[in-house]
Amino acid sequence: MKRFDYHVPQSIEEALNLFKSLGDAIYIAGGTDVMVNIKRKKISPKNLISLRNITALKVIEKGKELKIGSCVTHEQLLKDKYIEKYYTALHDAVRKLGSKQIRNVATIGGNICNAAPSADTACPLLVFDTKVLIRNEKGERKIPLHDFFLGPYSVSKDEGEIVTGFEITFLPPYSGSAYIKHSRREAMDLAIVSVATRLTLSPEVDIDFLKREAGEKTYSEFESRLLSYGITVKEARIAMGVVAPRPLRAKEAEDYLCGKRLTDEAIREASEIASSVAKPRDTLRGEAWYRREMVKVLTRRAILLSAKRAFD
Amino acid sequence: MKREIKFKLNGEEVTAEVESHWTLLYFLREVLKLKGTKEGCGYGECGACTVVIDKMAVNSCLFPVMEVNGKDVLTIEGISGPGEALHPLQKAFIEEGAVQCGFCTPGMIMSAYALFEEKKNPDDEDIKEAIEGNLCRCTGYVKIIDAINAAKRGK
Ligand SMILES: Cc1cc2nc3c(=O)[nH]c(=O)nc-3n(C[C@H](O)[C@H](O)[C@H](O)COP(=O)(O)OP(=O)(O)OC[C@H]3O[C@@H](n4cnc5c(N)ncnc54)[C@H](O)[C@@H]3O)c2cc1C
Ligand code: FES
Ligand code: FES
Repeated sequence: MKRFDYHVPQSIEEALNLFKSLGDAIYIAGGTDVMVNIKRKKISPKNLISLRNITALKVIEKGKELKIGSCVTHEQLLKDKYIEKYYTALHDAVRKLGSKQIRNVATIGGNICNAAPSADTACPLLVFDTKVLIRNEKGERKIPLHDFFLGPYSVSKDEGEIVTGFEITFLPPYSGSAYIKHSRREAMDLAIVSVATRLTLSPEVDIDFLKREAGEKTYSEFESRLLSYGITVKEARIAMGVVAPRPLRAKEAEDYLCGKRLTDEAIREASEIASSVAKPRDTLRGEAWYRREMVKVLTRRAILLSAKRAFD
Repeated sequence: MKREIKFKLNGEEVTAEVESHWTLLYFLREVLKLKGTKEGCGYGECGACTVVIDKMAVNSCLFPVMEVNGKDVLTIEGISGPGEALHPLQKAFIEEGAVQCGFCTPGMIMSAYALFEEKKNPDDEDIKEAIEGNLCRCTGYVKIIDAINAAKRGK
């Protein structure tokens, strides 16, 4: 393996200064992408600057907004009951990400900064209108995650800048979300295609009744009734993975759903629109036509699951 | 670049001079000659290299040796207490026939060990989740799950 020196700063400032003084360096968090890339000789940095020992980057804060530090591991996210309850799409994503060994070290910041088209946390964060917090010597800036992704493995920041975390506004009541990853194996497999959705509903019927139904009915019973309750969609977000060079929002489908009654027909139409926005390629993992078909199926399923979870 | 690190390895404090680009796996096998931990793929895919760091299962093939500084590392060589021949997990793997070629076994046992650190009474789903990053090309996994269950009952 190519030689590199390894630096272990204890603060963000120290890490920024190290980057400036070292020149040829890259940041490493969990290293599950970086170490693989070094071993595969895709990159050969002279210096690695570890962000793993900076405690400020490792916290999940629940203040005015939800703030997830960039070095929070997938396992930390998976165990967080609050995220499971309110940001369920993110919980879905980390549950199926890599293996236990990978989740124990790999971070959400690394997943987003690596910007693979299949990055599992990308679509969930997109449907929560997440903002990326970026630090350089001058200070901190904040940009929508949507503008952060430029293309495969390419993000909108200078090499020396550090992503410190992700800011997510609290969701209004009656919001629900879901992420569905379609892969050949349950564990340790990258997505062939994936979809995250988030709905905020405005139920015009008795809420207690709906909650009871959601709690008591099996999923398919509830699903078949859900669409006859006359629920209006207040806000919709749909994001798709591995259908474009970067994780993609299906804004046309979101706009279509917004203000509509949640009916089977509306969901099918939204899924068709999402599929028409997708621009997948033929790859070893799956052909373009197949991905487009699966976007329809997954979008429909994710919307239904989000709607059900809005009453959990 | 030569660097000094201090950490706990199988219960003992160790101070060592390492090259900063080594992985933990390289250091364990090629320098300390602890050959129980295996290298399968070298890319985080197979779990043969699994060790337990601060009670969590980790792929040592992707773990920079510099990151073990100050940490508590446990390998297959360290799980039985002094004087005791085999750990209950090791015994259970033998008794249940969960070892065939044996190449995946140290990694499997370390993943199961980390599971017991986290949950005293794991169910089958917990067990499957704990070993989802460990490939076995011989057993078909059923005997391995049986062995982990047997070790749980034996505790
Ligand atoms: C066996 C295996 C299975 C995998 N399975 C999946 C999977 O199912 N789904 C999935 O999405 N991914 C998967 N991955 C990929 C990888 O584990 C994830 O992308 C992971 O989240 C990366 O996080 P990390 O902390 O290890 O990143 P690192 O490898 O440390 O870093 C990744 C990149 O981000 C940069 N970086 C990291 N943190 C920061 C920061 N705070 N500021 C600025 N730059 C930063 C680094 O410089 C590097 O370019 C898998 C990898 C392996 C080896
Ligand atoms: S050798 Fe580390 S996971 Fe295969
Ligand atoms: S016993 Fe041979 S790989 Fe598992």
